[in-house]
Parts: sequence; structure tokens; C-alpha cells
Amino acid sequence: MAVIDFANPTRFLRLAARVLPWLAAASAIAFAIGLYLSVNAPDDYQQGATVKIMYLHVPAAWLGMMGWSLMSIAALGTLVWRHPLADVAGKAAAPIGAAFTFICLVTGSLWGRPTWGTYWVWDARLTSMLVLLLLYLGVIALYWTAEDPNRGSRAAAVLTLVGALNLPIIKFSVDWWNTLHQPASIMRMGGSAIDPSILHPLLIMALAFTLLFFALHIAAMRNEILRRRVRTMRLMQAQSLAEARA
Amino acid sequence: MTMSFAQEAAFIVAAYAVTAFVIAALIAWVVLDHSAQRRLLGDLEEQGVTRRSWRQGAAG
Repeated sequence: MAVIDFANPTRFLRLAARVLPWLAAASAIAFAIGLYLSVNAPDDYQQGATVKIMYLHVPAAWLGMMGWSLMSIAALGTLVWRHPLADVAGKAAAPIGAAFTFICLVTGSLWGRPTWGTYWVWDARLTSMLVLLLLYLGVIALYWTAEDPNRGSRAAAVLTLVGALNLPIIKFSVDWWNTLHQPASIMRMGGSAIDPSILHPLLIMALAFTLLFFALHIAAMRNEILRRRVRTMRLMQAQSLAEARA
Repeated sequence: MTMSFAQEAAFIVAAYAVTAFVIAALIAWVVLDHSAQRRLLGDLEEQGVTRRSWRQGAAG
């Protein structure tokens, strides 16, 4: 069976039922290992113990951006191929991506106060990340408040593709402008600038968060497929009642 | 100015608590939403409403 064959809601539900327990278990195990390594990781020579906030902040930032990237691919699927599963994937990813972006902003703020001396500053990285959260909230509003779900989906897909322009701005904001936020120290030319004793727990935590993201996304997609079935059945019920009365 | 460990700990604990709360809320959302959708589908099926594909399947 080809991968494209799973792009069928019924097949997807069967696949989700098989994959979800494994993804959830893998995420729980990765979190247990990642948290153990994080607690036992050494303090930073400048930031002290507050460096432990990085183990939450950095994966949350990555997943906030990954969520929007995933939604952008889904938006293309909705607008170009009009595939129903692409629309389901986009709608299901929005609240999860928003939650991780929120975690990134809050943990960044709690990390900024002891290291920078302030909870918030309107620099390019922080502001573009806040814009990402606002874009997520806009897309969620379009998906959930549109009277006609198809029109709502198309409008959300367009906003998603426009909002994708913010992703390179977030990534390169620390290079293009003078910011209080530090430049890239993990994904950069010449390799990571972080000591392995701190980098390894961070990568395990990033893996745990990523597995959690995909487990939540698949579960939310499954729920959205069921919600659409309920809607279709209610419409059919209403149609049958109207025909019976006529 | 150097912070004491207790002051640093307050920021660390707050960051982990907020993250745990948001993740717990996400997990609760998908679990409760799944139960709600299954219940609604069950109620409709009890009322004799079936999906078009099932009808076609039965006819075919």
C-alpha cells in the first residue's frame, strides 16, 4: 500500500488507532529520560541554574515554528488539491502549535527576567514570535467561527500561507537586527556552540516534545474526522426530516 | 547583580509548572473531545442515522 493511500479518512483512523499508543509511550519514555538528564545537567557558568528553562523554551520554540510549517504544507493541500485530510491536518495542528508558541513565550519571559533583567523587550525575535502566536489565534478563529466550514478552511489556508512569511523572519531576526535575544547556538554553520553536557539533555527533551506534538496532532486529527462525520450525519438527519414533512 | 538559588528556583519552577499545565490541558482536550465525538456518533447511530458511505456499502 502506498503512503498516499493513508490520505483517506477511514484508513487514517485505522492507522491512528495503531500508531497513537506507541507514539504516546515513546514520548513518555523520552520525557522521563530527558527530565532526568535535565535535572542532573550542570549549571551554566553565566546563567547558573536558570539554564534549565532552556530545556523547555527551545523545543517549544522549534515546535511552534514546525506547527506553522506543517500547517503551510496542509494549506497547499487544501487550496491546490482540495484534499479533505489536508484541511483536517491544518485545523488540528493550529491549537497545538499555538500552545507550544505560548509555552515558548512564557518560559522565555521567565528565563529573561533573571538573565536579562526584564520579562519582555520589543526586539525582533520576541516580537516576531508574539506575531506567530497572534497568527495562530487568527487561524483558530477562522476555522472555528466560519458558518460555512469550506469557506472558513480556505480563508484559514490563505492566512496560513501569508503567515509563513513570518517563519524566516523569526529564524533570521537575530542576524538581521540587533536583538537582546542571543543568536543561533545549536543549528548554525560550524556546529553547536553548546557544551555536550547541556546539549544532550536538550536534544532528548526536543525529541520528547516532538513525539508529544505528533501524538497530539494525530489524536486531534482523529477527533476532527469524527466531528465532520457527526456534522454530515446531522445534516442527513435534518434532510430526511425535511423530506418526510414535505 | 547575582541571584540567589532560591530566586533562580522560583523562575525554574514557574516555567516547568506553566509547561506542565499547558501540556496537561492539551492532553485533556484531545481525550475529552474524542469521548464527546464518539458519544455523539453513538447517539446518531442509535437514532438510525447512517453515513452515506455505509448506505452505499449496504446497497452494494
